[in-house]
Amino acid sequence: MIELENLSVNLRTFRLESLSLRIAPGEFFMIVGPSGAGKTILLESIAGLRLARGRVRIRGRDVTPLPPEKRNVALVYQNYALFPHLTVERNIRWGLRFVSDPDAGHVESLVDLLKLRSLLSRSPETLSGGEQQRVALARALAVKPSVLLLDEPLSALDPSFREELRDYLAEINRSGMTIVMVSHDFGEVLSLGNRVAIISDGILQQVGDVRSVFRAPANRQVAEFVGMKNLFPASIRGGTAVLEGGTTLRLEGDLSNGERLLGIRPEDILISGKRPNCLGNAFPGRVVSIVPRGMAFEVILLTDVGARITARMLSSALLSEGIGIGEEYWASFSPGSVHIL
Amino acid sequence: MPRTLRERLFMLSMGSFLLLYILWPLGGLFLRADWGLVASASREGDVLSALWRSIWTAAAATVIIALFGTPLAYFLARQRFRGKAILEAVIDVPIMIPHTVAGIAVLMAFSPKAPAGALLTSIGLSPVNSNLGVILACMFVSIPFYVDAARDAFYAVSPRTENVARTLGASFPHVFFRISLPLARKGLISGLIMSWARGVSEFGAIVIIAYHPMVAPTLIYDRFATFGLKYSTPVAVQLILVCLGMFVILRLLAAGKRKEDAET
Repeated sequence: MIELENLSVNLRTFRLESLSLRIAPGEFFMIVGPSGAGKTILLESIAGLRLARGRVRIRGRDVTPLPPEKRNVALVYQNYALFPHLTVERNIRWGLRFVSDPDAGHVESLVDLLKLRSLLSRSPETLSGGEQQRVALARALAVKPSVLLLDEPLSALDPSFREELRDYLAEINRSGMTIVMVSHDFGEVLSLGNRVAIISDGILQQVGDVRSVFRAPANRQVAEFVGMKNLFPASIRGGTAVLEGGTTLRLEGDLSNGERLLGIRPEDILISGKRPNCLGNAFPGRVVSIVPRGMAFEVILLTDVGARITARMLSSALLSEGIGIGEEYWASFSPGSVHIL
Repeated sequence: MPRTLRERLFMLSMGSFLLLYILWPLGGLFLRADWGLVASASREGDVLSALWRSIWTAAAATVIIALFGTPLAYFLARQRFRGKAILEAVIDVPIMIPHTVAGIAVLMAFSPKAPAGALLTSIGLSPVNSNLGVILACMFVSIPFYVDAARDAFYAVSPRTENVARTLGASFPHVFFRISLPLARKGLISGLIMSWARGVSEFGAIVIIAYHPMVAPTLIYDRFATFGLKYSTPVAVQLILVCLGMFVILRLLAAGKRKEDAET
């Protein structure tokens, strides 16, 4: 569907470096990375709004020399970018004048799908954020684009609207629309995306299936971004890893010897009062902090040999174990949870 | 934001000094004017033609400025480049230099001996002591008022809104005329009015390139110099009345158009 070949953008304050990507038809493709990573610029380059070197192919057609209006892509921004001087209805219908055979039924079905019928005569300024973003989606989809580009479409919304709009996006994708969405929230990526590209500092760090990137990040930057809190440099010797300070971890699989970075997801770590006998790696230590993170808690345990291990626990587990700061516990995890970066 | 009555009274009392500074002298002009003379001046051919010339030459200058200044303002609002601050400073030069200096510069550029002046003269347009001369002088002093206002107006239009319009299938000119211009309109109209008003009130630059045919400010000065205060005041009062009237009408028209748009 979309092929990027050595795409480079050179702005005075920022560079996007020779980026190559393939996005399949019907895919929900996520682009994530810290703010300032170049995600919006990448989307705008696909849309033809930025001067870029390299090639962009959409549906097999080389669109590199084409201006944005000839590329048949639709773009939705975080701040909606509705036309404030036009009503909702005229916003939605704005692009139809450029379509050779406007499909009236298609627009009507979008209005119904996104529940906009009662808002048609309103001015965009009188709408809530969620309503404005639904209008922006309808306006983009009305011209039947071959791909929908979304620039953090959920970030400016209240949590309740966010969930609703997330469902709409999933539905639009199920109906066959290829979606490329920029996000900085890994929760969004996990719930919506098929595949994900991680960009930071204008460089593509990793591309792959969402779950595999989540489980096995390619490097430290990606690991930090996907919330892999426990990162330890270690030297690997014959199936075990020795951390700084001498802690030895058991690993899984055939591993070549050498100096590597280890990562363990905080969800994979169990904190318990007694040493569990089923998990291969267990270390005694003292709980030094408990931080609430949304629905869960982050428990930080300092082991006797000085390693900081971060675990993520549901509040129910925290309560049933009776975990409190300053007390002695065991942090344990299976060899399969240790990822080598 | 001032909250208590005391805070508001303080702001109001400080601010009213400047308001009074405008209203006091102008009010005095009206109160002390000989209204018999004002009435007779309004029937005088010289006065009427000078007033009319002030209005239309300033308007003509504003039209030319809008034609060339709108693309310039849009460019300045959308592009960042080395030397932009210098370019913007150049545009503001006419505000900073004395208007007599502006007049001398324009006269030198358009005198029949200079290339631009020779070109105009060769096609039968005389830039000196003519309506054209008045327009040339007005343009010079009015440019910053329109370009600055238009640049700020375009700057307030989100480039993302324009981007979305492009992806929906619109060409650059279409987006400019259907999205950017309508969204910037309030500021553009404000700039047009300021540019026109500056032209109407111009004296220093005009008097150097075209003492005749007389515009209202030149006539007022002429009457003051030859007949004294008593005979210049009636023309001054006329000019203020006409300008205030035009100003109010233009502002109302602009506001009315906006309301109409909001309804459709």
